[in-house]
Amino acid sequence: MMRDLVLRVLGKLLIPFVLLFALYVQFHGDFGPGGGFQAGVITAAAVIFYAIIFGLPAARRFAPDRIVESMIAAGVLIFGGVGVFGILMGGNYLDYFVLAHDTVHGQERGIFWVEVGVALTVSGVMTKVFYQFAERRRVVDEA
Amino acid sequence: MTLLTMMALITVAIVVQRNLFAVVVFGSIYSFLMATALVALDAVDVAMTEASVGAGMSTVLLLGALHLTRGDEVKPLRRPLLPLFVSIVIGAALVYGTFGLPAFSDPQAAIHTHVAPRYLLDSLRETGVPNVVTSVLASYRGYDTLGETTVVFTAGAGVIALLRRRRSEKKK
Repeated sequence: MMRDLVLRVLGKLLIPFVLLFALYVQFHGDFGPGGGFQAGVITAAAVIFYAIIFGLPAARRFAPDRIVESMIAAGVLIFGGVGVFGILMGGNYLDYFVLAHDTVHGQERGIFWVEVGVALTVSGVMTKVFYQFAERRRVVDEA
Repeated sequence: MTLLTMMALITVAIVVQRNLFAVVVFGSIYSFLMATALVALDAVDVAMTEASVGAGMSTVLLLGALHLTRGDEVKPLRRPLLPLFVSIVIGAALVYGTFGLPAFSDPQAAIHTHVAPRYLLDSLRETGVPNVVTSVLASYRGYDTLGETTVVFTAGAGVIALLRRRRSEKKK
């Protein structure tokens, strides 16, 4: 599959648009269908698509393990951080309306960061799990 | 109805089929049919998740797992009559349970009269987000979503811990 011309060309054409679509789903989730979870899965799918066509080492250059692993933790930390920030601003845990001067704006801000956190964790976990599976085959082959 | 019939046919095909590659592909088709059914029910957010996770991610991961194992299902040693009996009884009990549910899209059903009207009416004014699914998910039910994210995090950490340990054992 590594030398398949059609797949390589199509992959190079499509993957930028897949990533763009993930961003659209992420930031348009307030208005249309979508949100952090779906955007995270689509981002991970783009990386996996790349890994399947161009091989695992190429994907690891694009999305190194260290970044992917820190994304997993960073997402949950951002989500929890929004809650703690709400306490610091004088509300309860995960109260968003204290995050800005007026309550509606605070809600929008809170929802935005929460969705960012969800997207980071989901895409990190999906990519990492795929890396682990794909890499494991190589380890077994060597043994 | 067509969709449900096709899904039932796919399920039978999955049960009958012994080649695991075909089973994975059938599972992917099943997920796409499920996503279409959810679109028909106007649950676009769930349909999107089903299409990307059910048909996309799980298919890729199952294919990855298939690479590590053999491609054919082993024939069972005994005829699985007791499990068949148990599943038929439980299935019949579940079908019997559905007779107690309110009619489909009944506006007077309990689930539509508790908090749903408040979400639908006040969500835009209170959160400024037109998509009610997003506002319920991220704001009204923020704790649940935090829990879900933590579950995904824990699952990822578990997979990393399990598969990475094996690699360091190999190095010894």
